[in-house]
Amino acid sequence: MSPAPSATGPVQGRGPQPVEGHGAGNPGQPSSTLTWSSRRLLDAILRVREVGIVAVLVVFVAVATSVQPRFIDPQNIKFVFSNAIIYALLALGETVVVLSRNVDLSVGSVLGLSAYLSSDLFSQVHHIPIVAVFLAGLAIGLACGAVNGAVVAVARVPSLVVTLATLYIYRAIDVLIVGGGMVVASTLPGAFLSIPTSSLGPIPYLAIAVAGTVAVGAYVLASFRPGRELYAIGSNPDAARLAGIPMGKRIFWSFVVSGGIAGLAGVLWAATYGTIDSTAGLNYELTVVAAVVVGGVNIFGGSGTVVGAALGALLLATINQALYVLGISSFWDPAIDGALIVLAISLDHWITLRLTRALRKGAVQHAT
Amino acid sequence: MQPEAALPAVGATPRPPATLTQSPREPRPTSLSGKFRWALHWESALVVALVLTVALGAATSAEFLTVSNIFSNVCLLYGELAIMALPTTLIILSGEIDLSIASTLALSSSLVGYLSSNHWPMPLVIIVALAAGIACGLLNGLLVTRLNLPSLAVTIGTMTLYEGISEIILGPAIITSFPAAYTAIGVKAFPATGGLLSYSAVLFIVLAVVFGVVLHATPFGRSVVAIGWNKQAAQFAGIRVKRVKTALYMLSGLMGALAGILYTFRLSTAEADNGTTLILPVIAVVLLGGVSIFGGKGTILGVVLAVLVYCSLQSALLLTNFNSNALEIVTGALLLLSVLIPNAGEIAARARRFAGGHGTSAPSAKGGRPPASAQ
Repeated sequence: MSPAPSATGPVQGRGPQPVEGHGAGNPGQPSSTLTWSSRRLLDAILRVREVGIVAVLVVFVAVATSVQPRFIDPQNIKFVFSNAIIYALLALGETVVVLSRNVDLSVGSVLGLSAYLSSDLFSQVHHIPIVAVFLAGLAIGLACGAVNGAVVAVARVPSLVVTLATLYIYRAIDVLIVGGGMVVASTLPGAFLSIPTSSLGPIPYLAIAVAGTVAVGAYVLASFRPGRELYAIGSNPDAARLAGIPMGKRIFWSFVVSGGIAGLAGVLWAATYGTIDSTAGLNYELTVVAAVVVGGVNIFGGSGTVVGAALGALLLATINQALYVLGISSFWDPAIDGALIVLAISLDHWITLRLTRALRKGAVQHAT
Repeated sequence: MQPEAALPAVGATPRPPATLTQSPREPRPTSLSGKFRWALHWESALVVALVLTVALGAATSAEFLTVSNIFSNVCLLYGELAIMALPTTLIILSGEIDLSIASTLALSSSLVGYLSSNHWPMPLVIIVALAAGIACGLLNGLLVTRLNLPSLAVTIGTMTLYEGISEIILGPAIITSFPAAYTAIGVKAFPATGGLLSYSAVLFIVLAVVFGVVLHATPFGRSVVAIGWNKQAAQFAGIRVKRVKTALYMLSGLMGALAGILYTFRLSTAEADNGTTLILPVIAVVLLGGVSIFGGKGTILGVVLAVLVYCSLQSALLLTNFNSNALEIVTGALLLLSVLIPNAGEIAARARRFAGGHGTSAPSAKGGRPPASAQ
């Protein structure tokens, strides 16, 4: 079950150019302007996918700032971060699932359910500590994730189908509970509403917390056995099974993690927007998958990092804000997002092909 | 749905060699009669579900089986969804997926609104909208087959892209004036059906027959199934895999555009995000119809029955005081049941093993593995 398509001719040289601007001439063809060592350097840089995303990010910020200097106003930066936080958090959970060649489409519905139920606690229980509300949101998310994970791991039904079904079921439960009502900001304590707005200079504390969470996630996935096993499962399920990896358990827990994170994101959503009805988090799932894909995570699992995914979310938020600041009608946003996603996966594919070729060439050189 | 020995995978993973996927419990059907037995099995379950739904609907509301309910709450509401389910069936059968078909609907709807508000003659408008749909499909097809990109990722991207183009075309505008002769297509009953069937329903029936014949009785249709079963084998058997897949995406774009035209005429409204929420129900109905998400398995009859079950259940619930915003719970529950029920016995056995702490993998030689931290 080879995830990446085998190397083919037509892609060579037709793929998008490297955004880093290192490639003089067409990098797909042997070029006289590039020496062998500089090509290796390019490959080494490309290998760290996050560098590419950061480069695109820098380019966008530079262009936007040169046209409209107020793009780097603290207020504007804060706005970008607060937009990106929830998507980055969801992208973190989604990556854990996608790495093992699965997908969780129910994150938007879990977020909605958790946002309403947890914020409703403030009016149900007097003087409930804010921490308890976060724990409630987490618990709701974990429960939803456990249902997803149990069905996927035990029934061995494709996760796309299972989470498509639970996307509807969780949302319908949300609608049935909420009815026509909503939670309004006046019922929420001020300390809760100030969580997303308090900041260290232009950077919200929440962004720092999310960055910390992403860093922990990256460390666990890169250095601990369960994390490595998720990559193994995504790279080659049959080999992973033969190697004795408890696939069911790993996949189950990846969905639990994704659900729990979506539950927490729901509480943050409630704190950020203040008004929560049954449409909270509607249609978030595909944007989250898009952020993950833009962040260089292979949709068929086995490669990619949570740092990349979080940067992907930040990139989408930055681009949308840049378009706004540059005075481009917001009606262009989805089209540009869509084009970007297509471009990102094409680029990712081109890099994979290039690296494969470089590795093969390196192996040949080594042998001779 | 069939149990797969491989893990539950995302959408359109290439099917591994048969020796790997073949489950000892369910031998792969070798003869045509074997295939038919499976098909009859699933489709008869859908027939039973349909009969139960209709009985339930008739029992709870006297209105359910009236001509006006069937016309306005079944045919009109679900005509476009049903039409989009047909090409989606073929695409999923070939082992790919198209998430952009509902955005093609939106794009086509915007084009119809924009061009007709600029006083283009309506036949020309329709031709342009259909051509745009084919172009959308062609782009999907080229990205998937020529660049070898995963269709799940590509069509998530083009889904956003086509809806975005639709927003660029129409902006915040809502076009509501269309020639009455054309909006009649959207809201009037097809002649000689006794006021029962809408134009979209008649179109769906005709298209379903055409798709059924093409899929089950032509070399093209059989090659679609062959590609879904085993892409490499199909390639070696001389099937032009890339060409067939590109054609399927173009067909999908065309049907999406057709649905967009019908949608616009039905509501007399062109809006940038028309019908974009239909994508997940379309996929759900196709999977409910017994089409395997891995490709290669499924029938048009199953999908037609699934469309009927879906419509009648939703319409029955609409007549009760059920919260109409929560209707999609039906989609979710049906989808989940459709994949769980066929394998209930196996699942129970596996659940016992899972709860027993042995994992789902076969007992391995490395019995003394340390418990992982995630547990």
